Amino acid sequence: MGTPGRLANLLFLSLSLAGVAQADDLRLPAGAPAAFQNECGACHLAFPPRLLVAEDWRRVMAGLDRHYGDNAGLDAPTRRAIETYLVGNAGKPKKLGSSGTAASDEAPRLTATAWFKRKHHEVPQAYWRHAEVRGPSNCAACHKQAVAGSYREREIVMPDGHRWQD
Amino acid sequence: MKALIPVLIGLFAVTAQAATPNEILAGYRAEAAKLNPRYQPSAELGAHLFARGFGVSARMPACTSCHTEDPTRGGSHVVTGKAIQPLAPRANPERFSDPAKVEKWFRRNCGEVLGRPCSAAEKADFITFLMRER
Repeated sequence: MGTPGRLANLLFLSLSLAGVAQADDLRLPAGAPAAFQNECGACHLAFPPRLLVAEDWRRVMAGLDRHYGDNAGLDAPTRRAIETYLVGNAGKPKKLGSSGTAASDEAPRLTATAWFKRKHHEVPQAYWRHAEVRGPSNCAACHKQAVAGSYREREIVMPDGHRWQD
Repeated sequence: MKALIPVLIGLFAVTAQAATPNEILAGYRAEAAKLNPRYQPSAELGAHLFARGFGVSARMPACTSCHTEDPTRGGSHVVTGKAIQPLAPRANPERFSDPAKVEKWFRRNCGEVLGRPCSAAEKADFITFLMRER
């Protein structure tokens, strides 16, 4: 009699574990053009495509000549290759939420999605402004394995040297 | 001649990617000499260019805003905080080894910091200064 229940429990447990693993695992999907690291990754972390929805990535790539205050212009073939990769691996709107800037001239920020805000709502403002952090887009400042795509809670070290505690 | 073609292609393939700082410097120097036949690269002028505040960009007024005042040490991007490896080739052998990459960063960073493209002479001065630093 207990077997179907146990099976259901096991199923539930493995599903929720998979869910946890997914949230922590932001490794870059296969197929990134070399230019993705060489161009995007030269000035900031080569951000996981899943952190913005497709429409937001299109808008980022359409405005590279004024990229958050910098001119990050690329030749057309390179720009297209990177955009194809980002859009093809973009986040799901339902899960992530958009950056909410589609109607304005403002550039989409991956730190403005509902998902990002929910994940970081406990982080005190002072940490974002810390001299070594400089802002919420500097993932690797606290997520020490961000370069490898790993965002596990136990890997987080805050700028004051403390490990993250809920 | 036909037998030479693959050799020549091979040579170009190698030189297109890998170069020494001296070779890259020689390229800019030759370009500068076309405008001024008496041009000689100057480490002093390069050092001045590196340290000078241009004030065009509020966030990046000078090269040193991101690269720090010591090019043999690493810096960090003043906006994103991403680590930047040293500019001086003696401290970082990867520097000035890929002509296309060198040109790309002169184009971007001169536009950002100086608000205009750098001249061939400025580039040659800049590299001469960085090659001196240890």
